[in-house]
Amino acid sequence: MPINIKAKLGVNAYKIDAESHIVVNHQVCQTQCKIKFCTFVCPARVYTLGDDGLIHIEHDGCLECGTCVIACRSDALTWHYPRAGQGVQYRFG
Amino acid sequence: MTDKVDVVVIGAGLAGLSAAYFLADAGIETIVVERGDFPGSKNVTGGRLYLNPVRPFFPADFWNDAPFERPVVKEKLSVMAEHSSTTVELFSEKFRAEPRPSYTILRAKFDQWLADKVSEKGAFIIPKNKVDDLIYDGARVVGVKATDSELLCDVVVVADGVLSFLAEKAKLRAARDPHDYAVGVKEVIELPAKTIEDRLGVSAGEGAAQLFFGSITRGMVGGGFLYTNRESISLGMVVGIEALKQHQPKVEITELMELLKARPEIAPLIDGGSTVEYSAHVIPEGGVRALPQLVGDGILLVGDAAGLGLNMGITVRGMDFALASGALAARAIRDAKAHPSTPLRSTQDVAPFSAVLLGAYEQALRDSFVVKDMQTFRSMLDVLDNPRMFSKYPEAISSIFEKMFWIGDQPKEKLSSTVMREALKHFGNLDAVQDALGLLSV
Repeated sequence: MPINIKAKLGVNAYKIDAESHIVVNHQVCQTQCKIKFCTFVCPARVYTLGDDGLIHIEHDGCLECGTCVIACRSDALTWHYPRAGQGVQYRFG
Repeated sequence: MTDKVDVVVIGAGLAGLSAAYFLADAGIETIVVERGDFPGSKNVTGGRLYLNPVRPFFPADFWNDAPFERPVVKEKLSVMAEHSSTTVELFSEKFRAEPRPSYTILRAKFDQWLADKVSEKGAFIIPKNKVDDLIYDGARVVGVKATDSELLCDVVVVADGVLSFLAEKAKLRAARDPHDYAVGVKEVIELPAKTIEDRLGVSAGEGAAQLFFGSITRGMVGGGFLYTNRESISLGMVVGIEALKQHQPKVEITELMELLKARPEIAPLIDGGSTVEYSAHVIPEGGVRALPQLVGDGILLVGDAAGLGLNMGITVRGMDFALASGALAARAIRDAKAHPSTPLRSTQDVAPFSAVLLGAYEQALRDSFVVKDMQTFRSMLDVLDNPRMFSKYPEAISSIFEKMFWIGDQPKEKLSSTVMREALKHFGNLDAVQDALGLLSV
């Protein structure tokens, strides 16, 4: 089933932090992780594998659940919460 | 600038707010630091709050003005096969009677209400402030580094949620194991109140809860949930993170969620509704064996940050644990403050607010329903983490009922013969007997 993730995330309220709260260590990612769990465990599809073989991040849509940082066991991800007051704003929760 | 208060609570969720409420009630100067714009703006539940376990901690009239969505008077459990499903429905006058055992809630609203209660008691809540680190004096935690300032205190209550970066910083928790966590997604789907009541078959103002197990998670540990709010339905899906990582072929929880919404059993319930929010959250499911160290010198962990969550199969809990752990943490801090060694008079004394004194919290938690329930249901997840539970048995159950209800063009055999033959076919093997014994053990 094709998923339009942009439409799904589009109903949410965000205050987008210009600075990404997620950083990939590409060297570790490329040498120590084959499966790239982050590309399919993230419910917001923040991570995509580019044609260049690198993980690309769209931190804007992050739901701040932390599944990626639990699933990634190669320590290739540096993941913090966005800066205070930034990121997803749950109006229902 | 650097200020000194008695206690800093990190995180304005249910655990942190509960701790702050009882600390302020005991006259202890308390500041709650919250990274979101307002308490609740970063918090997500499925969600239903079981109130009975926590009523004894709070004043009797405490919940009177709580912004509950609906009391749950109807419990439904659906076993989902690929093209069929079997639902057990419990409707009970006992669940309708006051005091109501559980309510559905939405956290953005609920947590703001609780935060107001905390402010009324005299604790300060500082939103839009993120705690990035702890301040130490030797091994003892003596404060926090937040966005705008450094705050010194006697005790830090860590209530920063399931990921608890601060418990990790304080070395109270080991590296996270994906086996011990599940990811949940939820859509809040707006519908008129009357539509919700008609579709779920409940009276005005009352609500239903429905859990779904089976093929919808493709053999992975987890399930779906539906809760009725006043004017929306919370529909979601939970899957174990390790199971999701290992599943072949790869599958996304977002896709499972869309398939759940499209199921003919569920689609009519949400038809015409509009999704107003899509959220995701991690759930601690490691149970009692994955509990972190709950106290250190000048620091203690509460709620999700302490790993206090429990998947009991047909009920999922966490928010009642959070409220109770906050209350118990506040008691331990109050008692530590009143301890004769505070302030330190001689070197023979136990250091004020040391792990030894705050350890009373851990003991209280172990003596309470929180850890007792976690202990009782400790092997639930091991029993559930079995693909047969989510594929073979749901198919078998629906298949038996299908054959019982089916009228074809051939003469029908006795019902007892159908049930016996089908039961033997599906459950008359060693795996099934072992699985049944496993279920009986919890």
